[in-house]
Amino acid sequence: MNLSKIPQNILWMMGGIFALLIVANLITFLLKKLRPQKDYNELQMRIRSWWVMASVFALAMTLDKSISLWFMAFVSFLAFKEFLSIIPTRRVDRRVIFWAYMAIPIQTCWIMMGWYDMFIIFIPVYMFLWLAAQMVLIGDTSGFLKAVGTLQWGLMITAFTIGHMAYMLVFPNDFNPNAGGGGLVLYLVILTQLNDVSQFIWGKSFGRNKVIPKVSPNKTWEGFLGGVATTIALAWLLAPFLTFFSVRESIIAGAIIALAGFLGDLTMSAIKRDLGIKDTSQLVPGHGGILDRLDSLTYTAPLFFHFTSFVLPNF
Amino acid sequence: MLKHIFFYLCVKPIILIGLGLNVRNYERFPKKGPAIIVANHNSHLDTLVLMTLAPQKLLRKVRPVAAYDYFCSNPVFSWLSKNFLGIIPIKRTRSTKDEDLLQPCYDAIEKQQILILYPEGTRGKPEQMAEFKSGIARLAQKYPQMPICPVYMHGLGKTLPKGSFIPVPFFCDVFIGEALKWNGEKQSFVDSLRKSIEDLQKQGHFPEWE
Repeated sequence: MNLSKIPQNILWMMGGIFALLIVANLITFLLKKLRPQKDYNELQMRIRSWWVMASVFALAMTLDKSISLWFMAFVSFLAFKEFLSIIPTRRVDRRVIFWAYMAIPIQTCWIMMGWYDMFIIFIPVYMFLWLAAQMVLIGDTSGFLKAVGTLQWGLMITAFTIGHMAYMLVFPNDFNPNAGGGGLVLYLVILTQLNDVSQFIWGKSFGRNKVIPKVSPNKTWEGFLGGVATTIALAWLLAPFLTFFSVRESIIAGAIIALAGFLGDLTMSAIKRDLGIKDTSQLVPGHGGILDRLDSLTYTAPLFFHFTSFVLPNF
Repeated sequence: MLKHIFFYLCVKPIILIGLGLNVRNYERFPKKGPAIIVANHNSHLDTLVLMTLAPQKLLRKVRPVAAYDYFCSNPVFSWLSKNFLGIIPIKRTRSTKDEDLLQPCYDAIEKQQILILYPEGTRGKPEQMAEFKSGIARLAQKYPQMPICPVYMHGLGKTLPKGSFIPVPFFCDVFIGEALKWNGEKQSFVDSLRKSIEDLQKQGHFPEWE
């Protein structure tokens, strides 16, 4: 690891994340002292998982660019595997599913080559057509539409969206002198996760009016609006360190992340509700599965990516 | 030794990272021999997953009971399965009238080992449980104090079903039940064993696989 090669701002920001986690630990410690009758196990488990996730993420982001890219591919793999394990699949589609998995390393190669045109169409054009064609060639048409639809959607919300995060790392280095592509990824991830947390906290504190009780009974207008305001404020605060955004652009970016994060979260809730499950797996103690944690990112990553590429000169 | 190298360098990383295990009630996994782990059988991976669950000190003692005619069909495969997995090969047909085919199992139990046994006798159709054979009842009857631990596994039949060679990753659920002991009657013992595995199955939520 060559720390001098990593933009200073990224290291400061990572230090900030860990400082925030220490504060979270202190708050839980105080809460336990003040209200010993309440059970804080769930909260403690959540924060412990945050430590693990933040450490793994920090390591993967600072070691080496190709390690960062393969780390994202691995996260896509875990998320896609989790998705396939919770949806109904057809026995005859084993080979098709194998091909769908192969999309992840191939997509990573396009990203490493910096071949944007291929990266952006590989999954939604070639992979989608190829998977459907494979299913046709197998010759079993019962449940075909459902099978092809669920498989494509799975690849879309895992490999394709997380791939956008990876592609930001291979953006040309000089466009963002403050922190490079890594800075944008960090900006996206920090804002998305803090948006989740702040919507949760605002909702817990002031939540009254439910947004869509049928999908997610915990989502309230108060939580949503509080979250949007907090995320926009953070986006504006962090932008000078991690991005090349002007004040106006940072506010738009914050609004996009807040809104998209909310929708991503709801989409995963809808999927789980449809399947009749509570968590997508038990991989991350206190959080559920990896998809439970990535739900908001699956929406924020591509939308933030495209916003960035719109404001980026000469993209 | 070979078994440990094989498991720690090859099997464990592939299973824990490539598939991912969701284990319920791990505290019920046998902590010492003699004991028998009884599970439903869908895939060659079943044995590797169950052995992956064994703590390092116990791994040497865990012995899968396997069909002699399949695993010892050629000398290379036979050597590999004996040294890397430590299988107990069992013949399926008697050569003389009073030969007890379970004799190798008795020997292993006497040596305080932990057996892995699939009472369905074969992997059969993926993710479907076949009839249980009675060998497990004979072992339980002979060693009435020995704990017999029922395990239900789901997902491996999708990952690598009988007749397939390319594994396709899916999460693997492993639900471990309360250990049973011999209850005095063969058929009711087999029935209660089957029922406890079916009850474990009902604890889970498994998507359709048609």
